[in-house]
Amino acid sequence: MSAPAKVQSSYREAIRESIREALLADERVFLMGEDVGAYGGCFGVSKGLLDEFGPERICDTPLSESAFVGAGIGAAIGGMRPIVEVMTVNFCLLALDQIMNNAATITHMSGGQFPIPVVIRMTTGAGRQVAAQHSHSLEGWLAHIPGLKLLFPATLADARGMLPAALADPNPVLIFEHASLYNMEEELAADAGAVEIQRAAIRRAGTDVSLVAYGGTLGKAIEAADELAESGIEAEVIDLRVLRPLDDATVIESVSRTRRAVIVDEGWRSGSLAAEVSARIMEQAFYELDAPVERVCSAEVPIPYAAQLEQAALPQASTVVAAVRRMVGAGG
Amino acid sequence: MSVAPLPEREHGLHLLRQMLLVRRFEEKCVELYSAAKIRGFMHLYIGEEAVAAGVMEAIEPEDAVVATYREHGHALVRGISAGAIMAEMYGKVEGCSRGRGGSMHLFDAATRFYGGNAIVGGGLPLALGLALADKRAGRERVTACFFGDGAVAEGEFHESMNLAALWGLPVLFLCENNLYAMGTAIGRYESETDLALKAASYEMPAWAVDGMDVIAVEAAARKAAAEARLGGTPCFLELRTYRFRAHSMYDPDLYRPKEEIERWKQHDPIAALSERLEAAGLLSAEDSAEIERAVAEEIEAAIAFAEAGTLEPVEDLKRFVYWEGAEI
Ligand SMILES: Cc1ncc(C[n+]2csc(CCOP(=O)(O)OP(=O)(O)O)c2C)c(N)n1
Ligand SMILES: [Mg+2]
Repeated sequence: MSAPAKVQSSYREAIRESIREALLADERVFLMGEDVGAYGGCFGVSKGLLDEFGPERICDTPLSESAFVGAGIGAAIGGMRPIVEVMTVNFCLLALDQIMNNAATITHMSGGQFPIPVVIRMTTGAGRQVAAQHSHSLEGWLAHIPGLKLLFPATLADARGMLPAALADPNPVLIFEHASLYNMEEELAADAGAVEIQRAAIRRAGTDVSLVAYGGTLGKAIEAADELAESGIEAEVIDLRVLRPLDDATVIESVSRTRRAVIVDEGWRSGSLAAEVSARIMEQAFYELDAPVERVCSAEVPIPYAAQLEQAALPQASTVVAAVRRMVGAGG
Repeated sequence: MSVAPLPEREHGLHLLRQMLLVRRFEEKCVELYSAAKIRGFMHLYIGEEAVAAGVMEAIEPEDAVVATYREHGHALVRGISAGAIMAEMYGKVEGCSRGRGGSMHLFDAATRFYGGNAIVGGGLPLALGLALADKRAGRERVTACFFGDGAVAEGEFHESMNLAALWGLPVLFLCENNLYAMGTAIGRYESETDLALKAASYEMPAWAVDGMDVIAVEAAARKAAAEARLGGTPCFLELRTYRFRAHSMYDPDLYRPKEEIERWKQHDPIAALSERLEAAGLLSAEDSAEIERAVAEEIEAAIAFAEAGTLEPVEDLKRFVYWEGAEI
């Protein structure tokens, strides 16, 4: 039997390919957002798609986040399958009314009369020295909202496969893409397609501590695990993948084996997704723990421009390693 | 503004009945609110009935409607049953939103009624999307989007007007200018109070209509709907109207002179239509009595329906947060 064909791909290309495939597969699908067409997407994700599909399917919008996100929601209620690109999570604040008050409420508020199959993609995260207003990580905020589903691909297979799964979902789905991941290259199965969007994934098996990460922090957690392995500490690394609804089962099962958990989250610590995961571990696995849960989050400052300050503000492999060592030392 | 010609007798009586249904229904709602049968925020449309009644005549069953929290009238004249609306206000499962929306969030898939939106300006982007979906699918439909004068100050209004005109979306922007956003008079919050003039700068047909004259409203809405349906352009109508009651059941109505309210009541859209029909010999005292009787009967039946309705068990609290229907 020959090995399944592989292709070299970047995270960016994997997402582009997933959009292409969706456009080809279903004529109700269209992409709209700021600079998705002629410019090719602020991060180059939709490059070439305007030429291939034309302006009816790849729609450049005015700088009107509320209007075009709301139009995407309305079009989904009207039977379309819109992919709405909000340049970055920072700008989704101007569309928050539509996301929260319409997308997240209408199915429920109408007594279940309307499905809302809209997908809203946005870039998130810090690390590129673009200062406070362009470096937010607001996934935790958005994960607070019942009625939405939130996905965050941190691998090539997920970058390729989450979009079709999201489009097939009758609910509003937000997909986050970390700006620092677009150039990540890996081999991807040539026939890669839709992935499941319910479960967290164990990316590295381990026995001594569970590192719970997602999106931009997954790579840092894996780097930390590799470093810890050199000193004989085997860390298990969990990629949350789905930020709402959270897959408690995978986390709790892992923590029940390793008896220690460190949550790595680029959001600010207070009221973060890490706080939520931590609370759930306390609620469901308190007596399995050998040490208090630790969190490695962003420092509570607007993300600064200067490189050394920005890096100091963000979770790093080294800070994860330090947290684990502290914990192992204390817990015995 | 020139006076629009009277319609045929039957149509005239129909318009009268529609407006009267809204008026009497809401008067009952006030009683039921005092009796604590209805709770929460409740906004009355009394005085503004000609707007919804006129516009709904001009659109087709397959068209879409997006409204605000002041939408009992729109829902009634669109054809959601009085019983389903009343049951909704009672918080019953038989309500048009299963009791999860209340007065401000009436929804009905069958009549393409997409709320009942309680965020000022929040319905406009949604209307764009509904119109976009129809346009893309080649369906010659329009989306009628109602909102108040206050919404014109919101960013969502300006974003939506621009995008709708830019993309040629068949949306009817129906601005119910009742001169107040809660307690703030329009001159105190708008730099330009001629709203049609303001709207026209977005490159769409826009004009003002006497919103107390149901016949004029219907004529204008027909013209706008035809433009939108066939001309591939949104249209904006400023419907000049007035609410006779307070903003909501919580409002002591201290911000406007009583004389102003009395002056506007001289232009009551229901009385105005009745008088015109009578003067033309199209409406007799018996006709009026019969309409009143039929409306009262419909409302009594609606209340009975709501009273007999069921409360959703709290075990079902978390239903409908996500889609439960058939695969789509
Ligand atoms: C975005 C937003 N801001 C404020 C409010 C509170 N509010 C509810 S109704 C209203 C006045 C709106 O006036 P207008 O648009 O003229 O409609 P009307 O009530 O006169 O029909 C206000 C300020 C709200 N619901 N939404
Ligand atoms: Mg008003």
